[in-house]
Order: sequence, then C-alpha cells, then structure tokens
Amino acid sequence: MLTAILVLTVLALLFGLLLGYASVRYKVEGDPIVDQIDAILPQTQCGQCGYPGCRPYAEAIAKGEAEINRCPPGGETVIVQLADLLGREPIPLDAERGEAKDTPTVVEIDENLCIGCTLCIQACPVDAILGAPKQMHTILKAECTGCNLCIPPCPVDCIRIVPVEEDISTWRWPEPKIDLEQPVDVAEETA
Amino acid sequence: MRRRLWHFHGGLHLEGHKDLSMHEPVAAAPLPARIVLPLAQHIGAPAEPEVKVGEKVRKGQRIARATEYVSAPIHASTSGTVVAIEEQPVPHPSGLSAPCIVIEADGQDEWIERQPVADYENLDPSALRNVIREAGIVGLGGAGFPSFIKLNPGPDKVVDLLILNGAECEPYITCDAMLMQEHPRRIIDGLLIMRHALRAKRCIIAIEDNKKVAHTVLVNALQEHEAEFIEIVQVPTVYPTGGEKQLIKVLTGKEVPSNGLPIDIGMVCHNVATAAAVHDAIAEGTPLIERIVTVTGEALDRPRNLTVRIGTPFSLLLEAGQWRETDTDEVLMGGPMMGFAVPDLDVPVVKTTNCLLARPRSQPHRQPAMPCIRCGQCARVCPAQLLPQQLYWYAHARNFDRIQDYHLFDCIECGCCAYVCPSHIPLVQYYRFAKTEIWAQERQKQKADRARQRHEWHLERLERRKREEEERRRRKKELLKKSKAAGGDAAKKAEIEAALARVKAKKASRQAARANTENLTDAQKQAIAAVEARRQRLQKGGDSGDSQ
Repeated sequence: MLTAILVLTVLALLFGLLLGYASVRYKVEGDPIVDQIDAILPQTQCGQCGYPGCRPYAEAIAKGEAEINRCPPGGETVIVQLADLLGREPIPLDAERGEAKDTPTVVEIDENLCIGCTLCIQACPVDAILGAPKQMHTILKAECTGCNLCIPPCPVDCIRIVPVEEDISTWRWPEPKIDLEQPVDVAEETA
Repeated sequence: MRRRLWHFHGGLHLEGHKDLSMHEPVAAAPLPARIVLPLAQHIGAPAEPEVKVGEKVRKGQRIARATEYVSAPIHASTSGTVVAIEEQPVPHPSGLSAPCIVIEADGQDEWIERQPVADYENLDPSALRNVIREAGIVGLGGAGFPSFIKLNPGPDKVVDLLILNGAECEPYITCDAMLMQEHPRRIIDGLLIMRHALRAKRCIIAIEDNKKVAHTVLVNALQEHEAEFIEIVQVPTVYPTGGEKQLIKVLTGKEVPSNGLPIDIGMVCHNVATAAAVHDAIAEGTPLIERIVTVTGEALDRPRNLTVRIGTPFSLLLEAGQWRETDTDEVLMGGPMMGFAVPDLDVPVVKTTNCLLARPRSQPHRQPAMPCIRCGQCARVCPAQLLPQQLYWYAHARNFDRIQDYHLFDCIECGCCAYVCPSHIPLVQYYRFAKTEIWAQERQKQKADRARQRHEWHLERLERRKREEEERRRRKKELLKKSKAAGGDAAKKAEIEAALARVKAKKASRQAARANTENLTDAQKQAIAAVEARRQRLQKGGDSGDSQ
C-alpha cells in the first residue's frame, strides 16, 4: 500500500517537472493563429473591415470578435482561405464593408494640381507617398496597396484611382473557355 | 560502332512536313526600312538602352547593355539612325507592347570594327564567357536563356558531357537542319570553343535520324578535325526528343531531377545554332544580330529558310515566302506544337524566333472541346511522366496547391497530351493558365509581405516620433525646474538682459558694416556734416515741439 502511494507520488512529481520544463522550454511567443490569419489577409491596410489595419483585424478574428467576411480587397479567395484555416463555413462578403475589386488598383497624383499639403502622406499606411511641405507629391506605385486612404484628406481632389498596368512580365494566360455543358451536334459536325 | 540509346517515356511520331521548306538553300532576307529591337529578347532582366534618339549607329554596335547577371546586351543589326525608344508590339502571346529601340536603316549596312579573338585556346574560360556575353548570345533553340551562364559550370562541378542539340523535333521547323547542312564547320568550331569554356570531357552532337543530309555533312566535316572526343549520334525521330531532359535521357539513360538542371548530373546542353553564334562571336567578332528563320506553312507559295536580321518585321519575311494572305487562318511563331498565334504581323523577329508558320484556312486544326472521358491517352504520351488529366482537373478547379503536388512545373508544354486527346481539350492552355496564375499569386504574396513590413515600419516610426516628442517635453520641463531652482526670477532677468545685449551688439555690428564712410572726399564730408546738422536741428525742434 505504502509502496504504491510512494511510487505514484514520485511519478506524479516526475511528470510534473517534465511538463513544467516543457512549458518553459517550448514557450510560443505571441499567438500563432494570428500570424496565420495575418498571412492570408492582403495587407492593404485599408481599414474597410473596421479595424485599423490587417493585423488588428486578424487579432479580432482570432479572438472570435469579428466574422471572416469583412475584407473586400481579399474578396472570396481570402474568405475561403480563412474558412479553411479556421474550420468555419465560408460566408458571402459583408456588403456593408464594400465591394470586392475585380482588378487591382493603385492611386495616382495629378501633379499639376497638388499643392503640397502633406495630408495624404500622413494618411498613407505604407509610406508610399513621397513629398514635402509645399513641394509636389508623388506616389510610389510599386509600394501602393490601393487602400485609397489618401483620397478623402486631399483638399484639392488631385488623387485618382487607376488600374495596375499590366506588362509582359505580369501578363497571365487567360483561362480556356470551353462550354462543356453544351451538347455537340454530331450531325452538324459531320455534315 | 553503334552507340546504345535509351527511350524517354511517351512521345509521338508526328508527320514532319520538313521537306516543305528545304527545297532551297538558305537565302538572305531583304533589309527592312525599320528595325525594331525589343530590350527583352531573353530570359532575365531587360537590357538598358545606351543610345539616344537621333544617334547614328553602325551594324554590330552595342545599343543596350545587360544590367544584371541574368541578362544579355542588344546590338544594332544594321547601320542607321535611332528614331525612337518606345513601346512597340513584340512577338508574345499576350499581344502586348514592350520597350524597343527603333532604327531607321540607312541602307549602307556599315559594320563597326570587329575584334575577333585570335587564339581562344589560350584565353581563360571566364574571359571567353565574357566575350560570349558581350556578343549578346542567348539559347537559340527557343528559350533564350543567356548562353554564357550555361557555359559556366561553377567552381566545383565537372562537365562530363556537352551535348549539342540538333534534334529539331518539332514539325515544319528546319532552321537548325539547314544550318547543319550549310555550315557544319561553324558548328564544330563553336562546339570546340564551348568545350574549352566548360572543360568538358566528351561532346555529342545529336541529330534526329530524319536529317540524313545534315548528319553526313557533319560527319564529313568532323573528319577534318582530330577530335576523337566528339561524337555525332543519330537519335530516333520521336517528338519531343529535342527537349533538353528528353534528349539527355535518350543519349545517356540518365534523368535530370525534377526542379534540377542538367549540370546537376554533369551535363550541359546547347543548341547547334547557339554553337554557330559562339563561333561567329569568337572567330569573327560578330555579335548575335542575325539568325536563320524557317518561313513555312501551306499558306505560302515559297516556303524557305532565310538569314534574318534581328528586328525584321514578320510581314517582310512572309512576303519573301510569297504569302497568300487571304488564304491564311493564323500565323504562328514557333512550330505547330509549341508555337503561339501572332495577331499583329508587324512585330519583329527576336533572338528566339526560329519559325514562322502560316496555316491555311483549308486545314482545320481546332475542334470543339468535349468532356474528358478519362481514357488516359494523355498520360501515356507525356514525356515528363506527369498525369495530364489530373493537372487538367485541378487547373479547371483553380486548385493551385494540389496542381503543384502533381508537378505542374515539370510540364514542358510540348503539347503531346492535347494532340492525342480524343475530346480535343486544350490541355496545354490550362497548364499555361495555371502556371501564370500561380506566379501572379506569388507576386501578390510578395507584395503583401512588403506592404506588411512597410506598415510595421510606419507604425514604428509614428511610435518613435511620439516617444521623441514626449522626451523633448520632459526635458524642457526639467530644464525649467532647474533654472527656477538655480535663482528664480533674478536668473531669468539676467538671461533676458544677456539676450537683449546680444541683439544690440548684432544690430550695432550690422550698422557698422553698412556705413561706407571711409575714403570720402572733402566735399562729401561737408555734405554729410550739413545733413547731420540739419537732422539734429530738426530733432531738437521736434523735441521742443513735443514738450510744448
């Protein structure tokens, strides 16, 4: 009887120590699920989801505070990927948050109109606008995420949305369009 | 002695249609009035223009330099004036435009001074590679990869076998066959130069057994050299033997690993036309400014091979082949299996243009697609041993993760699967679509990662600025406290007075500097004195007036 208690106590202590050591040794910094969600989000940083950037939205999703359908730039692709990751059902995009974009866009400053007020620079979440007070501003198109946050603060409305230009290096083969549902009229074919 | 040969998986026996364009010897194409030279004719970074609009250039002059390691320079293919550096339509399935240098030919065709390398055998391989790089030579078989890179095995790699690819397996195309027939010495000399650069142990020139003349001519030419390390091998005519991995399998029985290169198994493979270009660059100092192009198809009355300056418009070549425009359904760049339709026929010949194929309307080649019946024909003929059917399903479903599990990127787009498909499904189009779609997703992912990083930096910067502002305020407050503790109001007063004194001293010094009253004549001194006296009088009068 005593031996049994002793053995079990020793075992309990041993496993306790092992678990304690493991929890210190293999401690995970941060919340890995947030990183995974953040990796799926398009990083537009547009705030259309109602959170100040993609990471805060990722955190809200991880906590279960937000639905997965609040990201218009990501559209259906992101919703499906998030649903896959979180084991939820894909749901349609929340229409209140905006419409999904078909083609990627960036913004462009009409440099004849710009008065150099720097308001757009302060609004840009990825520092993609170059300029100084009373100097003409310009957009670094390669860095622009197309969030359009710079448009409302502009006092002279000199910023406009343009589609991302396609060149040979970014061109994609179109998906072959074949209508498999249509029955083929064999008589006509052979005629 | 007959060499043992192996087989690759699948493949097709296709009707060659090669006789069509082999009745005439290779002729020089006419000199066009305008030459259009795209800056990106190769795999890698586009070249950077070195000339300005209005500048006169001579034939063979470098007009755009390579900017990165994987890149190639561009040379003027005739003498004339640069009239524009702008976007022009280029031969590409997208039909899009790309930056080009446009030269108006002056008709003189005046060469620059060429500097041949007299004795390449005493030249260091790296110097040799540099000459080849400067000559703008890229793989002429179709891919357009800069050749000097493929002539650099790397420090710790030994090249057992250098293969010259003269298989030319695609129907209709005969430019390599004609080159081998007419210029065997250039090819063999080019091979010797390449062998020197690679320090290769053995060399093989591989020719499909339907090119009997080319084989005989090359064998005869080789007898003049004492080069027992070179072997000329006839390989069976099976499409696509000309594929690099397939040819290596046929010749050696070895397989290039997936995602690997032939150099990983000690082999290097170059096209015969590339070897000829290497010979021209070393022995003549000629950069790559022309190539042989097959102009063929049933919609031509005089299909033939032409030596064409890079930059010549397609339409001029079709004219030289007596093209029946009204009878033409479409014009392909490349062969019927791997080529693509070119909508705009004013696009220029580039370094990788091996064939123009004009297809007549009378030859229907596209039939409506029907559902897949899972017959498995495609898998039987796939030379890359893939499962085309599975790839098709996943491309159709846009499941781009799964499609990569089925090794989409090992597909060489040879078109065998689509050729045998009884349902006429455009399979290769699906694979091309999936590949470019995956690349686009990767680009998007990279852009998202950069945006995330930049946003983090942005937040960090805002945070830092806030901290600095707080720090500044805190320090000011501390300073104020210190000054109060040191002497209260008296100290402040003293400070203000010191500041006032500083201002006064500055003012005085400025006035002193302004007074240019030295070296004056007597008359001027008198005038000044009179003015001063009047001013004093007035001031006195004013003062007295005020006090009254």
